Amino acid sequence: MLLDFEKPIVELEEKLAQMKKTLDLSNPTNQKIIQSFEQNILELKKETYQNLTRWQKVQLSRHADRPYTLDYIQAICTDFIELHGDRCFADDKAMVGGLGTVEGQTFMFIGQQKGRSTKQRQLRNFGMANPEGYRKALRLMKLAEKFNKPIVTLIDTPGAFPGIEAEERGQAEAIARNIQEMFRIKVPIISIIIGEGASGGALGIAVGDRVLMLENTWYSVISPESCSSILWRSWDYKEQAAEALKLTAQDMLGYKLIDGIIPEPLGGAHTNPQEMYLIFKKYLLETYQELAKIPTKKLLSQRINKFCSMGVFIE
Amino acid sequence: MEDFEELGMAWFRRQEKGIITPTEQKKETPDGLWHKCDSCKHIMLMREHKQNAYTCLNCGYHARIGSAEYFELLFDDQQFTELDPNISSANPLNFEDTKPYLKRIQQAQETSKLKDALRSAYGTLQGIPITIACMDFAFIGGSMGSVVGEKIARAVDYSIKHKTPFLCISRSGGARMMEAGFSLMQMAKTAAKLALLADAKLPYISLLTDPTTGGVSASYGMLGDLNIAEPNALIGFAGPRVIRETIGKDLPKGFQTAEYLLEHGFLDFIVHRKELKKTLARVLKMLL
Repeated sequence: MLLDFEKPIVELEEKLAQMKKTLDLSNPTNQKIIQSFEQNILELKKETYQNLTRWQKVQLSRHADRPYTLDYIQAICTDFIELHGDRCFADDKAMVGGLGTVEGQTFMFIGQQKGRSTKQRQLRNFGMANPEGYRKALRLMKLAEKFNKPIVTLIDTPGAFPGIEAEERGQAEAIARNIQEMFRIKVPIISIIIGEGASGGALGIAVGDRVLMLENTWYSVISPESCSSILWRSWDYKEQAAEALKLTAQDMLGYKLIDGIIPEPLGGAHTNPQEMYLIFKKYLLETYQELAKIPTKKLLSQRINKFCSMGVFIE
Repeated sequence: MEDFEELGMAWFRRQEKGIITPTEQKKETPDGLWHKCDSCKHIMLMREHKQNAYTCLNCGYHARIGSAEYFELLFDDQQFTELDPNISSANPLNFEDTKPYLKRIQQAQETSKLKDALRSAYGTLQGIPITIACMDFAFIGGSMGSVVGEKIARAVDYSIKHKTPFLCISRSGGARMMEAGFSLMQMAKTAAKLALLADAKLPYISLLTDPTTGGVSASYGMLGDLNIAEPNALIGFAGPRVIRETIGKDLPKGFQTAEYLLEHGFLDFIVHRKELKKTLARVLKMLL
């Protein structure tokens, strides 16, 4: 799948590949042509990706080829055991979790999971968790706390699932409970938005000591589409809504609503997943080293104080 | 042909009452004297309606009252001291949809005579010192932004400092879109403060009224030691319209009402507004 702004770049890259095939590369003139062509592509890429609109970043965050939660976990862990179920009702396939080892350190990984094929998308409910998903996440967090393992949550959801059964089983209660209980968990929590961070469905696993966003992701109270439909009474104003919501990583860091940004390879995480995993791992370990030094009591009071200081008003 | 006519009759049979009132039956209600029930259209004296705790004498419908009425109903001798009355919204995002955000705020302040969507106060309830925060739906649908979050946070601080129980009366469509990320984080902020209140072993009672949805129900709304509600109040995470659009089906009757939530285990009890003060006092006396 190609996004509009990816097309010109991909066309040039295809042309380059063809040139490399057809031209005699031992000829210095041809080498120069190739080099300058490559330079042109790089510049076009830089120009495109440094000037993305907020809506274009939303599109990148949803790119079908983007790495998902289990992709990151499998790429960075030497060992990973997935754990299932909320012990109350079911195992939510939209919320995954388990113990994983990265460079000898065990973490509890928890995150929303999207699917790639139609079948997988349905199985994962498009990354929209039900109450049992949030309760499973909380169970795993408490398990991590019991055995003193740091927690990593990966956020990638268009929202908590809005359905009859979700309401029946207390979607609001499940999310509220998680948000509050996360303030009490006595191990470091690192939350990373790897794709979409929509509203309470995202925050339900995102009360972290450090909240980081990948460079081309969004995190806000509502999706641009829903915002458009409510405020403009039409689905057509999603670009304006994205601009108005200031929902990018750069915006959120500017407002101090998150703690940092993890850079993506030029062109987005999906253009070079291997490089993305390396960057991700580096940031994760560095952040953990920093948090591991903080005494538990201080860690918890800092977590509470950070979120309590959020808000802008006039008095 | 006969069958056809019968079918035709069925198509046009009115299945719900109150859709159309013939002109000759329409009654003018002069302001200030009469109250017409929003549900059954019963007409009663405003005084009677007020005496009935702003519920309908005929059908029991609980009118969507605001902080002024609740404070008057709950605080002894209608005596209370308002906390932080002067906090109002800034425009951190420079938000503009069809209207600039600050203009929307200004208009809401003018029409509602309120500063924002929540007021907080302390006083006594049947002699029990208490801190109460109450949302005002009249102010941009009771939406929660930085002001609501901060006022709840400070009211909880007050409760902890003065060792009083805390009551929050919710009536809200959810988080306020125009403060986007800031609104979202108020869910975390209020939940964190309530965790501190719980650590101090002070009771938190959450009263959910019609309607309470979205970011409000998914944070402080559902976090009470006791979650209680007014009869027939709409309470949920997603609004009914969103759910209907998602699943493409009609919703079951009574879905997301207080009674439905009670049945599914998310409320401790439902209380008629006329019994609210008495019931709160009974519960608090047993807890404290």
